[in-house]
Amino acid sequence: MGLSAYLILAAVIFCIGLFGVMTRRNTVGILLGIELMLNAVNINLVAFSWYHGEVTGMVLTIFAICITVAEVALGLAIVILLFRTRRTAMADQVDWLKG
Amino acid sequence: MAFDVLPLVPVLAPLTAAVLLGLVSPLRHTGRPAAFVSILGALTALGSALLLWSRVHDAGVPTLIEWAWLVESQGTIATIGVLADAESTTMLLLVTLVALLVQVYSLSYLSDEPPAALGRYYVYQSLFAFSMIGLVIAPNLLQLFICWELVGLCSYLLIGFWFQKPSAARAAVKAFWTTKAGDVGLLIGIVLLWRHTGTFDFGELRMLVEAGAVGLDGLAVITFCLYLGAAGKSAQLPLHIWLPDAMEGPTPVSALIHAATMVTAGVYLLTRTAFLFALTPDVLLIVAWVGALTAIVAAMMACAQNDIKRVLAYSTVSQLGYMMTAIGAGYAAAGFFHLLTHGIFKALLFLGAGAVIHAVGTNDITHMGGLARKMPQTMVVFVIGTLSLAGLPLFAGFLSKEEVLGAVWAGGLTIPFVLLLIGAFLTAFYMMRVVFLTFFGTAQAGHSHGGHHAHDAPIAMSAPLWILAIASMVIGVYFTFNHPELPFEPPGWLAATATGVALSGMVLAWLTYQRGAIDPERLARMTGPLRLAAAKGFWFDDLFLVAYRLVQNYLAKVLGWTDRYIVDGVLNVVSAGTVSAGEQLRRVQTGKVQDYVLAVGAGVIAVVWMLGGLW
Amino acid sequence: MNDLPILSIVTWAPFVAALVIMAFGRSRPLLVRWTALAGAGVSTIGALWLYSAYDQTLSGFQFHETLPLVPALGISYQLAIDGMSLVLVVLTAIIIFAGVFASWTVKTRDQEFYALLLILVTGVFGVFVSLDLFVFFLFYEIAVLPMYLLIGIWGSSGEVRPQGLFGWAFGRTGVGTKEYAAMKLTLYLLLGSAFILVGILALYVAGGSTSFSLLALEQIDFDPQLQSWVFLAFYIGFGILAAIFPFHTWSPDGHASAPTAVSMLHAGVLMKLGAYGVIRLGMGLLPEGTHEWMWLVGAIACINIVYGALSAMSQTDLKYVIAYSSVSHMGVVMLGAATLTESGLNGSVFQMFAHGIMTGLFFCLVGLVYEKAHSREIFKMGGFATMMPGIAVAFTIGGLSSLGLPATAGFVAEFLTFLGAWSSAHSWWLFPAVIGAFLTSIYVLRVVRAIFWGPKSKDPHFQNLPDAQGTEWVAIVILVGVLILFGVAPRLALDLIDLTTVALLSRLGVL
Repeated sequence: MGLSAYLILAAVIFCIGLFGVMTRRNTVGILLGIELMLNAVNINLVAFSWYHGEVTGMVLTIFAICITVAEVALGLAIVILLFRTRRTAMADQVDWLKG
Repeated sequence: MAFDVLPLVPVLAPLTAAVLLGLVSPLRHTGRPAAFVSILGALTALGSALLLWSRVHDAGVPTLIEWAWLVESQGTIATIGVLADAESTTMLLLVTLVALLVQVYSLSYLSDEPPAALGRYYVYQSLFAFSMIGLVIAPNLLQLFICWELVGLCSYLLIGFWFQKPSAARAAVKAFWTTKAGDVGLLIGIVLLWRHTGTFDFGELRMLVEAGAVGLDGLAVITFCLYLGAAGKSAQLPLHIWLPDAMEGPTPVSALIHAATMVTAGVYLLTRTAFLFALTPDVLLIVAWVGALTAIVAAMMACAQNDIKRVLAYSTVSQLGYMMTAIGAGYAAAGFFHLLTHGIFKALLFLGAGAVIHAVGTNDITHMGGLARKMPQTMVVFVIGTLSLAGLPLFAGFLSKEEVLGAVWAGGLTIPFVLLLIGAFLTAFYMMRVVFLTFFGTAQAGHSHGGHHAHDAPIAMSAPLWILAIASMVIGVYFTFNHPELPFEPPGWLAATATGVALSGMVLAWLTYQRGAIDPERLARMTGPLRLAAAKGFWFDDLFLVAYRLVQNYLAKVLGWTDRYIVDGVLNVVSAGTVSAGEQLRRVQTGKVQDYVLAVGAGVIAVVWMLGGLW
Repeated sequence: MNDLPILSIVTWAPFVAALVIMAFGRSRPLLVRWTALAGAGVSTIGALWLYSAYDQTLSGFQFHETLPLVPALGISYQLAIDGMSLVLVVLTAIIIFAGVFASWTVKTRDQEFYALLLILVTGVFGVFVSLDLFVFFLFYEIAVLPMYLLIGIWGSSGEVRPQGLFGWAFGRTGVGTKEYAAMKLTLYLLLGSAFILVGILALYVAGGSTSFSLLALEQIDFDPQLQSWVFLAFYIGFGILAAIFPFHTWSPDGHASAPTAVSMLHAGVLMKLGAYGVIRLGMGLLPEGTHEWMWLVGAIACINIVYGALSAMSQTDLKYVIAYSSVSHMGVVMLGAATLTESGLNGSVFQMFAHGIMTGLFFCLVGLVYEKAHSREIFKMGGFATMMPGIAVAFTIGGLSSLGLPATAGFVAEFLTFLGAWSSAHSWWLFPAVIGAFLTSIYVLRVVRAIFWGPKSKDPHFQNLPDAQGTEWVAIVILVGVLILFGVAPRLALDLIDLTTVALLSRLGVL
């Protein structure tokens, strides 16, 4: 099967994640979508690393996982604060910065 | 260095009086003392005018003093100064004499005005005297125009002296606008003349004309434009409408401005520029015809008036027509001579009418009557003036009128001649009508409160009357026996015809109004529709009113509306449109994160596509 | 004495006064006014000194002052005057001096008012005396921007009911309020300055990006194509300020809503900035452009004259009559310049001076009438001459100058313009100009009769109104005096103006 299988897998997961980000109302769901996108990128990186036999991709993957963790923590914190102050976690109701 | 002061005195004396009275309010508010300052100025002007006249008369050479007024790179383009030659000094005598007499007369006529108002009146009088003198002694067309406009201003101020009366305020403005319309022509004419010949100066123009250096191409337009200005000031048809209404001003003002001086400015202009007009005979023909028509139409209108001042006003319009016709025939000197005599006896008539009005309290001749017994002096001078105007031999008016008629005949203008002759008949008729209704017959019951205490005027008013009457007689007698040199040969039958026509007019008036042999109503009805037309002023006033309303209420309003709602409207639309567009664009900012993500995604795809990534 | 930088003193004295007022003027109305008067006074004395010290035998600029600012870009602080600028500097000095007196009774926030007014005047002086185009533009902006605050805060609002095809826009923009007038005026004038900036930069670049100095740019022969569109840019840009049709609509609302001294300055002097710009930059730097577009300048000027006069005839608010009258008279200014003849250009600059004084007088008097009668409705007033004879006479004299009566400065200006118009390449321009003068006489006398020289109004508000008092007389007397002085002795200004005219027209190749 080779490399293309992994790349296609990663692309599919990325699109599912993107779709989720764009369409889910629940903010936690959006965060999950972002997670999916990030993990798809990780798959991509590992696949290239395995294909070329280099360690560079995996190093980048570790970096990405760290950043993902930080971002999730921050994101969930924002969602919780949002819920506490406005009693809603629905993304389409958070529009107070509109023009 | 001997500085020739004398030519400057006539013009500076009234100016000094005007400036003094105008700036020093306490002096002006004293009333009678202010009047004396003004009269002193006028007296000085008269005295110096006499000296100047005799000097020019003896020397035979004109005196010219001028200063550069507008200077450009090619030299002086306009000067201000004094030109004292035979014509101007003679006219100056008339102007200063009548100005002085009128100012003295006004002391008594306006004696019950509040002092501040009287002071204001004399400021205007002095200003007017200054302007008119400046016009008369102007060495060039530009100064003439400047003083011309100032004279118009003063007439506006004086006609509107009793500005609290709506009719007076309106009459003043009407006078200004009508003469300004003519002045537009004069201004255009002067500008065109400057381009055509390169100068405003009378002397230089005369030299150019004599040297044949003035191109005839387009000169007719220039002279016609100059004539337009004269037509406005000298109340030729159809620009005569302001003169009858101008009677709203005090009677001495009418005597000064609308008999002897301002209205004669137009005739004077044409006399001064006669050498130019001689080059454009077509324009002269127009001048003559308009003059003749003015003469007869105004005479007809005078027959239908009951206000003594309006009769005299229309009479002035008519006589101005005579002067213009003479000029149009090519003999400006005849017109000028008539100007001088007319100035004297018309001023006399107006002042006499003023005495009557002052005594009786009304202008309406149908409410007067039998005043000859109560005001014998006034009657005598008024009759002298009337006979002069009608043109009986031995009176001043006879000679000048005969000269005018002779000039028109010699110029070959038959129909105008006939019109003038008919006009002479009507003149005699309506003037005697006034005399009979005012002084003779039985006293009419009417609104005239003063009918019981009508008496001859006090010395301040009667002295000027007598001076003018005597002057009229003296001129008449003198020139009858020292017949002036005429450039044409009047036909032998002219004198007799003119006298006959005048006498028949007087007889008709006598029969109708004194003897009652002819019913005035039947007489009027015989003239048919002319009577109505005459009473309505031949609808000229209405025509101008319509034109004014059209411009004011339609053209101006439409343009004003367009400016606010269309021109500015476009601007406001741009502005409002911008604001609206902004409000629409705001909606892109929904505030929702997912919309932004969508936008970012689309943008990324677009960028990649543009860079040729997508297939 | 000759080493004193007189031009800088004249230009910056008002600014210094403004600083002093802002620093020390809080709750000290008398200090504010006296400082303002001192600033204006210094400028006036300086201007008069310049007038007497100016050498009329030399052509070209005098009283040079140079200070390099950014040598790398060719920007320097260069001041000088020639005949035309001198006359306009004197005009500005007279108007601001009278204007300070006319604002004596400002009630709210007088400190800021006077400060802004004086800063504005600095800008105006600066425009007239700058030789460096960058500094010229800088001063131009200084002259425009304070208007927004001056009108928006101290102005007066009216009411305009929306009508017509574009009526929907009127409600949206708030037509009639002073804020609207302030915004419209400022934005419109800034739009104009955008055009001007483009033109200036174009010339700078085309000249090799070496210098902004007028004298240096005069020497360069620009490409005729460039000249053509740059002249157009200058004409539109400066023309907006000079109220050419159809870019004039900021003027009626702006002048009507503005407070007295601001109207005096704006209609009296700022509008002349526009014409000055066209002449100095347009005609002075771009000969081919001038010849190409002068027919347009003249034609639009003719429209201005007649259209402005007719619009003035239809107004019922006194300030609007005067504002439209200004639009009409600026037409005469532009027409005189468009004739490209000596008389015409002389007439144009003379009209700038005469009209400046005249309109300053008008707005001053209108301000007084408004203060006393609290109304600007012409046809509700009547017979005011019996109650306020001084104001009546002054107004009449101003009106007579407006219609071009001889013995007032207005006549000389208009007459010279007429002579120039007939001698120009488009002689027909004479007729709209003369007709405009005739129409002016109609509406001016109508207004004068309705307000002053007519029967007394029955309205209880208009009884027993006082005449001008105390300091109010100063402005009136000065302005009337100048108007008559220059009408009787026009050479006082004409000789100076002629120097510039001859130089300019020689460079254009028509003299």
